[in-house]
Amino acid sequence: MRNYLSLLFLAGLAFLLFVIAGQFEFGMAPMLVGSAINQASPEQVGAANIVTSVVLGYRAIDTLGELAILFAAATAGGLVLGHAGTSARHDPDAGFILRAAADVLFPLLLMVGLFIIVHGHLTPGGGFQGGVILAAAFFLPLLARPGTRFPHGSFAIVEGIAGAAFIVTGLLALLTGGEFLQPLLGQGEMGGLLSAGTLPLLYIAVGLKVGTELAGLMAHIAEYEALDP
Amino acid sequence: MTPPDIGLMLFTAAFGLVGIGALGIVMANHLVRIVLSIVLLETGANLLLMLSGYRAGAVAPIIVDGVVPASMVDPVPQALVLTAIVIGVAVQAFMMTLVLRLYTVYGTLDIRELRTHLERDLAKAAGVPLPGSADAPLDVPATVMRKGGS
Repeated sequence: MRNYLSLLFLAGLAFLLFVIAGQFEFGMAPMLVGSAINQASPEQVGAANIVTSVVLGYRAIDTLGELAILFAAATAGGLVLGHAGTSARHDPDAGFILRAAADVLFPLLLMVGLFIIVHGHLTPGGGFQGGVILAAAFFLPLLARPGTRFPHGSFAIVEGIAGAAFIVTGLLALLTGGEFLQPLLGQGEMGGLLSAGTLPLLYIAVGLKVGTELAGLMAHIAEYEALDP
Repeated sequence: MTPPDIGLMLFTAAFGLVGIGALGIVMANHLVRIVLSIVLLETGANLLLMLSGYRAGAVAPIIVDGVVPASMVDPVPQALVLTAIVIGVAVQAFMMTLVLRLYTVYGTLDIRELRTHLERDLAKAAGVPLPGSADAPLDVPATVMRKGGS
């Protein structure tokens, strides 16, 4: 009975969504703010990647809120699972192929992740995407050799510094008479690595924070699985 | 043969993902399946957001070599989805930590079994009798029943 009711509800929901979607033509986005940002962003922010100027310029406070959600999820994950003791059981080392691949991939993933973070204001990419690649780089050795200790303490320090740097950058803009998180330092030349003011610095902070938090959360899960007999 | 309407296809895919996800959340009994349904629902919602910002014939909102393209897609939904994906991953990882914890404590991931376990433990922790339906038969021992009914 419950299943039939769910199916009925789903059919109604799908009908409603299709009717709403049918109201406007595909490819003719009704939103005006996007066009306005596309027009104004090159002069106002100076980032070649306009998505970056939205994420870190026009709605930077939302990004700060999302970082807070990330922090809450990572902290709650650590709180629920707890720390593994020094004598905790762990799985045996992985096979030769995974161990060798982890050694080769670690510097490569680190480099790609940092490249994507640093070029976030120029190319598709940025702190969030690069941060996830960084997290994968730090999680991979743990998959290959489950016995190695994951440095939770130093990761927490990097994470805290990155989060504080994001807020301090925003407060500096406030102190110099601008709005909170307004880009500083001039725009530079459009398309250059040192352009768009403080946006690359903010993206580096975001990337480090995302990378360390996700890696720490995944390491918590991996260590907990090892505890389970 | 006419080419398929790409807009209709994409919208169907997005609504389909949302629908499959919603249905899975309601109908699945296994916690990991519910988590996966939430992942599917998120994907559908992200796809829907991306579609809402599409403009016909427009290019990605990136200025290459200082040349501003004539028509660029809406950057706001892209920025929303960009953060939503990463936040989604973090929240999914947190959901999996909760699932892991439940499994080590109760040894099952079936929500019907988990419900009875949790109700019993909550009632014990609160020091109240197990909540029962008002229509349920009274909890009388079988011996008493036999004597009274003779």
